[in-house]
Amino acid sequence: MTITTVAPLAARWRNPSTLPGFGLSLGFTLFYLSAIVLIPLAALIIRPWEIGWSGFWAVLSDARVLHALKLSFGASLIAAAINTVFGLIVAWVLVRYRFPGKRLVDALVDLPFALPTAVAGIALSALYARNGWIGQPLQTLGITVAYTPLGVVMALTFIGLPFVVRTLQPILVDLGMESEEAASTLGATRLQTIRRVVLPMLAPSLLTGAALAFARAVGEYGSVIFIAGNLPGVSEIAPLLIIIKLNENDYAAAAAIGVIMLAISFVMLLTLNLLQTWTATRR
Amino acid sequence: MRWALTALALSFIGAFLILPLVIVFKEALANGFGEAWSAITDPDARSAIRLTLITAAIAVPLNAAFGVSASWAVTKFDFWGKGFLVTLIDLPFSVSPVVSGLIYVLVFGLQGWLGTWLRDRDLRIIFSLPGIVLATMFVTFPFVARELIPLMMDQGRDEEEAAVSLGASGWSTFLRVTLPNIKWGLLYGVLLCNARAMGEFGAVSVVSGHIRGLTDTMPLHIEALYNDYQYVGAFAVASLLALSALVTLTLKSFLEWHYADEISAAHHH
Repeated sequence: MTITTVAPLAARWRNPSTLPGFGLSLGFTLFYLSAIVLIPLAALIIRPWEIGWSGFWAVLSDARVLHALKLSFGASLIAAAINTVFGLIVAWVLVRYRFPGKRLVDALVDLPFALPTAVAGIALSALYARNGWIGQPLQTLGITVAYTPLGVVMALTFIGLPFVVRTLQPILVDLGMESEEAASTLGATRLQTIRRVVLPMLAPSLLTGAALAFARAVGEYGSVIFIAGNLPGVSEIAPLLIIIKLNENDYAAAAAIGVIMLAISFVMLLTLNLLQTWTATRR
Repeated sequence: MRWALTALALSFIGAFLILPLVIVFKEALANGFGEAWSAITDPDARSAIRLTLITAAIAVPLNAAFGVSASWAVTKFDFWGKGFLVTLIDLPFSVSPVVSGLIYVLVFGLQGWLGTWLRDRDLRIIFSLPGIVLATMFVTFPFVARELIPLMMDQGRDEEEAAVSLGASGWSTFLRVTLPNIKWGLLYGVLLCNARAMGEFGAVSVVSGHIRGLTDTMPLHIEALYNDYQYVGAFAVASLLALSALVTLTLKSFLEWHYADEISAAHHH
């Protein structure tokens, strides 16, 4: 009796299954997701409204906030561009060539995922200081990295490095050499083959990798603050400004900056999904 | 061309990955092993190490349980809104660590939703262990689930359906059929989740309150020492985390080389 009344109701939103545990697993999943992610995020989105549109606008049009947002997004864009070029080269070398220590290098590419950001931060800061191993030679060329926006770019390049490599590697393996060989049999030079055949096929995954690196870099905090020096209006990033507003007990302003960053991340996430669908259809 | 590209790739890796790693150990041992050792065994450092381990010991199993449960729901059943649910599970990866900490301050902080309610009952979440654990859980939220979902999707439902039709209960089907199939993928997800949980800085920094010897995790202790110009101490504690990162990378590569088919195909974050 119960089965005949329940089944048509349930069938509306899920297909019947012989496996048990649907209620328990989905129930726990939704409870945990709501408690840890959704409800706290709702608190963030609601908070800035207590200061209204005008207050929200006043926070975001403040020169210091604007500069921090510009720096966070600009430096992330440059870092993603650097990683696109070098990530392509590293992935290409790792897939196509054989050399001693290749497996070690391949494993090491994931270091920025595994190394805590604070450790990366102080290490980069020591490395690029005026008397550091890389900082000193650059200083003689007149380039200062530590405590400048360039330092921010260096830190963001470090943490974004694995994304492009790891997105490209499986694509390059799948790609094989056939189309390149075909192009060269038809008389194309090596450069023409790369520009007309290889790069267009890699373009979607290059973009995906770059977008992933960019999305990670925009919100990055730990690896940046040590090398950046955090001078307001010069090398101060948006996530740091959230912490400063919080320390001033200005929750609404902190939340307003957080909401803007979240909104932009969300747009990035949507773009990424579209890119991945595009990659899937191109393959 | 080949040698030029290889040399270019290796020098990029050398400058951006190997040098930062080397300098951590070099700076830690700048004044000899003794000073590094005393920085690590200092009471504040020991309390930071303890707090980091406790935090990971709470956050990682909870997220693993969530990951298994979410993957079971998503891959063993068809229901409306499944794609949206998977997107929501991935959401914490695209939120800045600082924002991840901020959201809990907005809920549990003194001026937050539950601030006065908690204060009247003398309960502390922000500037104390629960807040640190919550922020860590948020940033490591998707790791296990996103490893298991593609894997269990690939494996399908046939084996579980066979077990159930032969009379096995739900739990014994899970323990005897599903778990052996996903154990390496689960371990892989737990490994990545743990690495991030032990190293999280931004989110924890917002909710911790930076009380030395009390609410400072290892990364926060590194920051405190560094800002005090105690470079040897900062790098000594950092070298512990760098060592654990190297262990993580070794185990991760080991799993990838030996159990490639038993962990999922999607390995980028």
